Amino acid sequence: MTTIQKKTDNPIAHLSAEDIEQLGRELDAIRADVIASRGADDAAYIRTLIKTQRSLELGSRIVLLASVFPPAWLVGTAGLSVAKILENMEIGHNVLHGQWDWMRDPKIHSTTWEWDMATPAKDWQHSHNELHHTYTNVLGKDNDLGYGIMRVDEGQPWHPMFLGQPLWNFINACFFEYGIAAYDLELGATIKKKKLKDPEFQRRLKGVLTKIRKQATKDYVVHPALSIPTGSFLPTLVANFTANIVRNLWSNSIIMCGHFPEGVETFEKRSIEGETRGEWYLRQMLGSANISGSKAMHIASGNLSHQIEHHLFPDLPSNRYAEVAPKVKALFDKYGLTYHAAPFPKQLYSAWHKVVRLSLPNGWLAETKVTNAPSQLVKLYKMTTGGPKVRRAIVAMDKRAAGERRAA
Amino acid sequence: MGTQTWPMTDTIARPTVPLGSRSPGSVRDRLARIAHAATTPLVPDDYLDLFNPLRRGAALRGRIVEVVPETRDAATLVIRPGADWAGHVPGQYVRVGIDVDGVRQWRAYSLTHGPRRDGHISITVKAVADGTVSPYLVHRTRPGTLVHLEQATGDFVLADDPGKLLFVTAGSGVTPVIGMLRNLFPSTDEGVLVPERSRDLDIVVLHVAPSEPDSIFRRDLQALDAAGAVRLVARYDDVHGVLDVADLASLVPDLAERTTYACGPGGLLDALEQHHDEAGLPLSTEQFRAAVVVAGEGGTVTFGRTGTVVEAGGSTPVLEAGEGAGVLMPSGCRMGVCYGCVVPLKEGAVRDLRSGDLTTAVPGETDPAGVLVQTCINAAAGPCTFDL
Repeated sequence: MTTIQKKTDNPIAHLSAEDIEQLGRELDAIRADVIASRGADDAAYIRTLIKTQRSLELGSRIVLLASVFPPAWLVGTAGLSVAKILENMEIGHNVLHGQWDWMRDPKIHSTTWEWDMATPAKDWQHSHNELHHTYTNVLGKDNDLGYGIMRVDEGQPWHPMFLGQPLWNFINACFFEYGIAAYDLELGATIKKKKLKDPEFQRRLKGVLTKIRKQATKDYVVHPALSIPTGSFLPTLVANFTANIVRNLWSNSIIMCGHFPEGVETFEKRSIEGETRGEWYLRQMLGSANISGSKAMHIASGNLSHQIEHHLFPDLPSNRYAEVAPKVKALFDKYGLTYHAAPFPKQLYSAWHKVVRLSLPNGWLAETKVTNAPSQLVKLYKMTTGGPKVRRAIVAMDKRAAGERRAA
Repeated sequence: MGTQTWPMTDTIARPTVPLGSRSPGSVRDRLARIAHAATTPLVPDDYLDLFNPLRRGAALRGRIVEVVPETRDAATLVIRPGADWAGHVPGQYVRVGIDVDGVRQWRAYSLTHGPRRDGHISITVKAVADGTVSPYLVHRTRPGTLVHLEQATGDFVLADDPGKLLFVTAGSGVTPVIGMLRNLFPSTDEGVLVPERSRDLDIVVLHVAPSEPDSIFRRDLQALDAAGAVRLVARYDDVHGVLDVADLASLVPDLAERTTYACGPGGLLDALEQHHDEAGLPLSTEQFRAAVVVAGEGGTVTFGRTGTVVEAGGSTPVLEAGEGAGVLMPSGCRMGVCYGCVVPLKEGAVRDLRSGDLTTAVPGETDPAGVLVQTCINAAAGPCTFDL
C-alpha cells in the first residue's frame, strides 16, 4: 500500500482542518456517552465472561485427563482452544488495555493482569498500547505493519528474500505467541544494533524466558503428567500444543484483518508531527478495518471485529463497541470517508493477498495472467538471481514502458 | 468481684500461608507448587473461587444473608463471613467492599451484633442523602450478594473492668454501642436478658437523633431501658433542641464517676473532647467520616515516596507537574490511550482534562492502596497525594 501522503487520489483531500477538529469533537461526544453510562451491566459482562472462560478451561483440562480416548481428546482440545481464545482476546487484550480499570477491582486491572501467553503483559502493553496505538499505521514507527519480517509497502524496495514472506507469515501465525514475545522484546532491532549484552535488554529477556518456561511447563509437562494415570501423557501434550496453535492462528488472522486488508491507509512518519486529537482520530479511522459478522464473531475476535471502534476508543469496554459502531459509521458517511468492513473470509483473503502481492516485485502480480505467465516467470527469475543491478535495470525498463503506454 | 472478661470469639487470625513457608519439601508444599504450576499465570484460588468464594484460605469475603429495614432510610445487613473471619470485639468496625454500579467501593461500618452463635456478623447502614454506597446498601442490596471484607478492627472497645459508663451516641453513632450492648444484654423472645456477667454494670445511654421515628435502634434502646439494663436518656432535636454539651451535667448527674464513650458527628465529638478535657474526665471517641474531599482548581501535589511537593495549576497534567519537579514519572503515549502512566492517588482529587470528570480518593473509604489514575490526562483538583 502507498502511504496516504504519496497517493495521487488522497481520500482526505476534501477535509479542512476545521472539519477534522469538528470530527474530533463529535467522536469525543460518543466517547463521553459511553463513559457516562458505564455501570453494573458492563461489570456483570466481564465478570460473567471470566467465570465462563475459567469454567470452560477447567472443564476442558479435566476432560483431557483422559485424552487417550479420541472423543475426550476432541472435546477437550476444542474446549481448551475456545477457552484460550477467549482468555487471550476478549478478556486479556481488553483488560490489559485498561478497559475495565474503572471498576477498581484489583483482580481485573491493567496493572495486575497476566495472561496465558508467552509474552509478559507489561512488555506487550509497551509495544501495543504505547507504540501501536499511538503510531498506528505510520510506516517506520508502527512495527505491527509486517512485524519487521515482511515488506508492507510498494515504497519499500523489493528484494528476493521477500519471496519467502508468505511462508514466514504462516510460520509466525502458527507460533504467534513466540513471535509476539520476540517482537515485544525488539529482538530483531537489538540483534541488528548488537545490543544483546545491554543490561536492560537482558533483564527483559530474562522475564520473557521465565514466562515461556512457566507456560511450557504448564501445557507440556504438568498437565500431561497429570494424565499419566489414564495413559494420556502424549495425547494431552498434543492436545495442549494443538490448542495453542489454534489460538495462535486465530488471533494472528484476526489481527491481520485489522490493518492489513487492501484499502486500509498507511501514513508517512513526518505527517504525524504536531498531530492534533482530531487528526489522530482520523488516522485511526482510516488505518483500521472491521470484520462484519454475528455476535459470536464479535466475541471470538475479542471485539477486534470492531477494529475501527477499538482504535478510536481503545479504553472503552469492548462490549460497547457494537453499540457505538452505527454512530461511528454515520460519522464516516458524514465526512465522506470509507468505512472498511467486510466478512471475515473476505478480509482475511484481502490481507493475505497483500502479503503475497508485496512478496513479489511491484506490479508483478497484477500484470501476470495465464497468457503471459511464462515470460513473467522468466522476469521474476532474472530479478531473483540477477542481483541488484539487474533488478534496477528491469524496474527502470518497466517504468519507461509504463510511461510510453501513458503517453500513447 | 475481680476482673470480668467479656466473651470474645477466637481472635487468632488464620492467614493464608504463602508457598514454601510451610516446611519446604512437605507434601502440602509440593502439592501447592504443582497446583500453581498447573494454573499459571493464574493461581489455584482463581479457579477455586468459582466454587466456594467463602472457603478457608480465600481472600476474605462475605455473603449478605438478610437485609432488615430499621427505619425508613436505615437497614441492617446480616452477613455470613468467609471461613477465615477471625471474630471481633463488640465496638469494632469492619471495612466492607461492595460493587455499586460496577465500581468497587469501600466503607467502614460498626458491627452491630456481638459475636453471634450462627457466626454471622451484622452492620447497620444509614442512607446518606447524596451518598454512593449507603443508599445502595439500604435500598438496593439483595440477599445473596457477595461483598469483600477486611478483618474487624478498631479501638472503640470496652476495657476488661469498665466501671460506670456513659455512652453518648448521635445518629448512626449508635451502631458500635448497640453492638456492645447486644453483647452484654442479649435480646430474646421474652425481652432483653440481663445475664449474670452483666449484672453489675451501670450504664447510661444518652442517645441523640433528629426525631423519634428517625432514631435507629430506638426500640432496642427502649427495650434495654425497660429491662433495667441501661438508663436511656433520649434527646430528639425536634423536641428538645440540639444537644448542648454544657447540659450534660444536668442530664447525667454522676457524670464525674463515669467513663464516657462517644460516637457521632465531628462537631459533637469535638465539643465533648473540649468539655471532658476541661473537666478531666475519661473519654473514648469514634468518628466515622474523617475526611471530605473538596475539589478545586489545581493544588498542591505531594509525591509521598519521594517527598516532593509541587504546586500545579488546574490545566497542568500531573505528569508534567511531577516531571517538572524532578520526579521519575512513568509515561507512555502521553495522550490517555495506553495507561502507561498510571499511579496510585492516595488522597485528594484530580480532574480529567478531556472530560472534566473528577476522581477522588478518600483514605478510609477508597482502596487503601490508592485509586489508580492516569497522570497524563489528569490535573490536580485541589490538594492531592500520590504514592510515588
